[in-house]
Amino acid sequence: MVLMKVKFDLKKRVKLAQGLWLMYWLAVMAGVLIFSMGLFFKIELRKRSEMMDNNESHFVPNLLILVGLLACGVNAFGGKVCHDSLDATKFGKWKPMIKHFLCGCILFNVLLFITALLCFCLRLSLQSTLAEGLKNGMKYYKDTDTPGRCFMKKTLDMMQIEFRCCGNNNYKDWFEIQWISNRYLDFSSSEVKDRVLSNVEGKFLMDGVPFSCCNPNSPRPCIQFQLTNNSAHYDYDHHTEELNIFTRGCRDALLSYYGGMMNSIGALVLLFTVLQVAVTVGLKYLGTALETISNPEDPECESEGWLLEKSVKETLKGYMEKIKLLSGKVEDGAGGEAQGVATVS
Amino acid sequence: MALLKVKFDLKKRVKLAQGLWLMYWFAVMAGVLVFSMGLFFKIELRKRSEIMDNNESHFVPNLLIAMGLLACGLNIFGGKICYDSLDPTKFAKWKSVVKPFLITCFIFNVLLFITALLCFSLRLALQFTLAEGLKNSMKFYKDTDTPGRCFMKKTLDMMQMEFRCCGNNNYRDWFEIQWVSNRYLDFSAKQVKDRIHSNVDGQYLMDGVPFSCCNPSSPRPCIQYQMTNNSAHYSYDHYTEELNIWKRGCRDALVSYYGGLMNTIGALVLLVTVLEVGVMVGLQYVNTSLATLVNPEDPESESEGWLLEKSVKETFTTIMGKMKAMGKSNQIEEGGAEQPAATAS
Repeated sequence: MVLMKVKFDLKKRVKLAQGLWLMYWLAVMAGVLIFSMGLFFKIELRKRSEMMDNNESHFVPNLLILVGLLACGVNAFGGKVCHDSLDATKFGKWKPMIKHFLCGCILFNVLLFITALLCFCLRLSLQSTLAEGLKNGMKYYKDTDTPGRCFMKKTLDMMQIEFRCCGNNNYKDWFEIQWISNRYLDFSSSEVKDRVLSNVEGKFLMDGVPFSCCNPNSPRPCIQFQLTNNSAHYDYDHHTEELNIFTRGCRDALLSYYGGMMNSIGALVLLFTVLQVAVTVGLKYLGTALETISNPEDPECESEGWLLEKSVKETLKGYMEKIKLLSGKVEDGAGGEAQGVATVS
Repeated sequence: MALLKVKFDLKKRVKLAQGLWLMYWFAVMAGVLVFSMGLFFKIELRKRSEIMDNNESHFVPNLLIAMGLLACGLNIFGGKICYDSLDPTKFAKWKSVVKPFLITCFIFNVLLFITALLCFSLRLALQFTLAEGLKNSMKFYKDTDTPGRCFMKKTLDMMQMEFRCCGNNNYRDWFEIQWVSNRYLDFSAKQVKDRIHSNVDGQYLMDGVPFSCCNPSSPRPCIQYQMTNNSAHYSYDHYTEELNIWKRGCRDALVSYYGGLMNTIGALVLLVTVLEVGVMVGLQYVNTSLATLVNPEDPESESEGWLLEKSVKETFTTIMGKMKAMGKSNQIEEGGAEQPAATAS
């Protein structure tokens, strides 16, 4: 039994074709949007590549770019088919292609859905990449004279200012690394000597943070050094002090930024998938409605359109049998080849 | 003798009317653009109103908004006239309106030109407003507990970070004011007491700047305090140190930002003026070519269009004559009004 049968007269067919043509061009625009978002996301990842140890995966943005381009091509072609379906003579040349095109569309829809899911899943892979990358980035903060790392300080400072964050997990991360280059430390000073000697690895550690951790919302001038020493500052308690420096870690800040971006892109791709499914269904109806015209000589006569020729169960059965037949043929072919080889030997 | 006379046949007239209709819609878009720019500039001024002592002039942005709206209205009306000029019966009702409309357009173009000039000259007014405003803002930087001024610190910090500047004219401006609130000064400390007593106004002055003056491009951690004391920092000379903090004053940075904005807007308004003059000239040709049809019954007949009925000199003389006549009639009316009053007495 035919699934979701609908009766069509000429007026209905024309309306469907025109509406579908419009939807296809909307889908082309949506394809351009997806392409742009993929490109934007790729640029955003590249921009902060150093923060991710140059180890970030570009698979998702590349996939978005590819899907966007594919969408433009597929939908422009679909639009052309719909436009020509208004003219019976023009539509004749597209008839044999429609079935293959619809199969392609179904595969494309599956790909779109997978892309959307990947967008939502990317957060996890980013988490580990950022954790590692930021840790290394902070280690190289002081190396302003080392080629290849000389911009790490600027990059980290700009990031902390822009994302209103401090350190990897929080500001205390700066206490665990030496972030001042030896070039700017006076090793003849007893204070510096004592600090360096008191550390196992000979590092100059202190309870201070770079200026980029300072929070402009604080009512008092920024306290960057001796953060844990209450007696070093008047009317100060580092346990209760909220606004002096950013308390949020940069991993969390970057993750929520990229995560938010990926969720938005994922949601848009899902919406686009819905639109794509709708145009595929529409084209299926249009194709069947034009095929089943009772009198092909008279374009004004009635016809029927449907989604599937049989029920879902029967259609699936049919597909499974076809797949079995195909695999059987492949096996026979392989067997024949083996036989031939045996005979020769 | 008519100025810039052109011969028209039906084809030429239709082409002119259609081209003009398209240009009018471009001009509508340009009007929307002028309106948007006025709005954007107004918002930008509002955003930094505190830094200008809430004393900035909104005349230019308001004028831009008004001109944008006027442009939209006038050009929609002009477009309608052009559209109807293709049909002689429809155009008949506009015939009496066209001349006053063209005069209005001419006045509007003069206004547009004045607006463009005002955009270019606004820089000077802004310079004074900013100089005064920034000076006062810096005085209030420390007043984070004073209602109405509590956000001044945040505003200035954000501005210095965004515009990469420090102080009013340069970073030394911070040395001349107390920018640390008394609330965060320990008056029992000898150092604080000495500083306050050594100052005539009893202010706590120091050779330090807020953290927002720090330059992330500097290879060394930011030096904010004791900036003029070379011996307080290792391997430091404040005369040769270039990158530690922003050298540029905020007045200069803001003036160049707003100046650039105004120059861009001014240039765009000038371009819109050129477009407006173009459509006005076009409409004059359409009007005169339709008014001078050899045979009004036959729309296919030839006609002539011109810019001015007489030469520039003659036209100017005529206008002056009309103005004098109007002035005289006003005087006669006033005299007539005074005469009965005298008789009555």
